[in-house]
Amino acid sequence: MAGLEDLYREIILDHYRSPRNRGELPSPPARRVEGFNPLCGDEVVLYVDIDPSGRVADIKVAGQGCSISQSSASMMTAAVKGRTEAEARDLIRAFKAMMSIHERGLDANGDAPDDVSMPAVAGLDLGELEALRGVVKFPVRIKCATLSWNTLAQAFDEAGAGAAAD
Amino acid sequence: MAPGVADGMKLDVARVKKDFPILDRELDGHRLVFLDSAASSQKPRAVLDAMDHYYATTHANVHRGVYTIAEEATAAYEGVRGQVARFIGAPSPRGVVFTKNATEAINLVAHSYGRGRLAPGKAVLLTEMEHHANLVPWLMLREERGVELRFLPVDDDGRLVLDDLDRQLEGVGLVAVTAMSNVLGTLNPVARIAAAAHAAAAVVLVDAAQSVPHAVTDVEALGCDFLAFSAHKMCGPTGIGVLWGREELLEAMPAFLGGGEMIRDVRLDRWIPNDIPWKFEAGTPPIAEAIGLGAAIEYLTELGMDAVREHERALTAHALSTLADRHGDDVRVFGPPDPGERGGVVSFTYRDIHPHDLSQVLDSSGVCIRAGHHCAKPLMRRYGVGATARASFYVYNDEADVQALSDGLVAAAEIFAV
Repeated sequence: MAGLEDLYREIILDHYRSPRNRGELPSPPARRVEGFNPLCGDEVVLYVDIDPSGRVADIKVAGQGCSISQSSASMMTAAVKGRTEAEARDLIRAFKAMMSIHERGLDANGDAPDDVSMPAVAGLDLGELEALRGVVKFPVRIKCATLSWNTLAQAFDEAGAGAAAD
Repeated sequence: MAPGVADGMKLDVARVKKDFPILDRELDGHRLVFLDSAASSQKPRAVLDAMDHYYATTHANVHRGVYTIAEEATAAYEGVRGQVARFIGAPSPRGVVFTKNATEAINLVAHSYGRGRLAPGKAVLLTEMEHHANLVPWLMLREERGVELRFLPVDDDGRLVLDDLDRQLEGVGLVAVTAMSNVLGTLNPVARIAAAAHAAAAVVLVDAAQSVPHAVTDVEALGCDFLAFSAHKMCGPTGIGVLWGREELLEAMPAFLGGGEMIRDVRLDRWIPNDIPWKFEAGTPPIAEAIGLGAAIEYLTELGMDAVREHERALTAHALSTLADRHGDDVRVFGPPDPGERGGVVSFTYRDIHPHDLSQVLDSSGVCIRAGHHCAKPLMRRYGVGATARASFYVYNDEADVQALSDGLVAAAEIFAV
C-alpha cells in the first residue's frame, strides 16, 4: 500500500498552500477555458494569453479543487509560462505520459503512446513536476493531477480551431 | 431473540459487525472503518449465502420452464416481491416492479408516466436537494416534452421551504421528492407534501433510496404514488432496485423497455403487454439479486427497522457532538442540527482542507468516507461548496468508528497545516 508521503510531497503542499499564477485575466483577449472533474466536482478555469508569436505570454488559474489538482495546476502554469505552444504541448504530453501508467486504457482519448517514458519526450526536464509522480500510485487521483493539463490542451485546441475558422 | 438485537430496541453492534465478513478485513494494519453506506452498504453473510445457495441449487430462468428448479426459481423470485411489499407497507406485490436500481425506477416513471400522462405545459415539482437520479430524468423529460420544472428551495439548515407549497403546486402533474437527502441527511415531510400534492391533483414519486434502508417505510402512511429504492444500500446486492407504484397508475402506464417477459403476445406487426408488474420487467430479471434482496429484508426485519433507526439517530447525535466538541469551528456540518430531523448522514467540510484530501488521509488509516459532490451538484452550488466530505452510518457502525473519523481529521490537519 502506497504511503501518504508518496502523494503529499512537500513541494506539492507548497504549491497548494501558495499557488502560483492564481487569478484571472481579462477575456478576451485571454482565452478562458473551463475543465471539470466529474468524479469529485473539481473545477479549473484557465486564462491563457497567447501572444502573436504563439508564446504563452501569461496564464492564470481560478476554480477550486483538491491539493493535487491545485498544486498540479500551479506547477503547470509555472512550467508553461513563456513557452511556445509547441513546447507547452510537449510538456503536456510528457506530463500525461508520466501519469498514464494507470490511466492508460481508462481514458479513451488518452493520447500517450505506450512506449513513451518521461525522459524520451523531447529531452524535457520536468523539474518540480516530477514530484507529482507519486500520484500514479493513487489511481483515483490521476484525474485530479491531469485536469489542468487537459484544460490547457483544450485551450490550445480551441485557439487553433478559432484561428482556422477565422 | 433475533441476532444483533441485545434487548428491546437496541442493536448489539458488536454482534452485527460479526455478520459482515468484509469488516474482518485489515488495511495496512488498520481495521476497516466503513462510513460510506449511503453510497452502498456492506453485505451480511446471510445475503451472500442466500445468493450462493440459489446459484448452487436452484438457478434457472424464471417464468419460462416447467421443470422443478425453474418452478422453484420462479417461486423464490416472486416470493421476494411479496417480502418487498410487506417491508414497505404496500397492499399487494402487484405494485412491486423490480428494476436495476432506484435510478432506473425513477427513469421508468419519467419515461412511462412522464411521456404518457404529463402533457406539455404541465409542471413537475422537485426540490433543490435531489440526487442527480431524481433530477436528470426530469431534465431529459423537459427537453423532450416541454414540461416545466419547479423546485422547492432548501433553507440554510438544509430543510425544505414549504411556505409557498400550495402556489408552487398549481399546474403540477407530478411531484418527485427525496425522503431523505443523501447529502444533508434531512428527513423530508413527505406525507405533508403528498397530501398537498394530491389536493392539487398531482401524483407523488418518492426517492426512498436513502430512507428505506434505515427506517420503517409505509407507502400508505407516506401517501405516495410511486416509491423508488435500491437493494445495494440496504444490505442487498447491486443490480436490483424497486419501483413500487399504485396499481391503477401502473396499469394505465405504457411499458418501458421492450423484450421478453413484458409481453402477453407478439406478432410481426404488433404486441400486447403483460400484466403488471411484469409489463415493466423486460428480459431475464436479476433473479439471484432478488433472492439477495429477500435475504437482506429478512436480515433487517430481524434487527427491527425501529431499532435500526434509533441506533443511527443516536450514533449521528454522537457524531455531531464529537465533531463539534473536538473540532469546533474547524468543522462545518451541513443539514439540520437536530439529529431527530436527519438520517445517519453527516456531510461536512474541515478547515480549508479539500474533502478529497481528507478522504485520502482517512483512507490511510482504514476509514472510508465519501468526498465529492455526492451526485447533487445543484445542492453543492446552493451552499457555495464544490465538494463535501460525507460520513454515513449503518447498522455495523459504532462510536469507535466515529472516533476513527475524528482522529483522521487531526491527522489531516497535521499534513495540511498552513
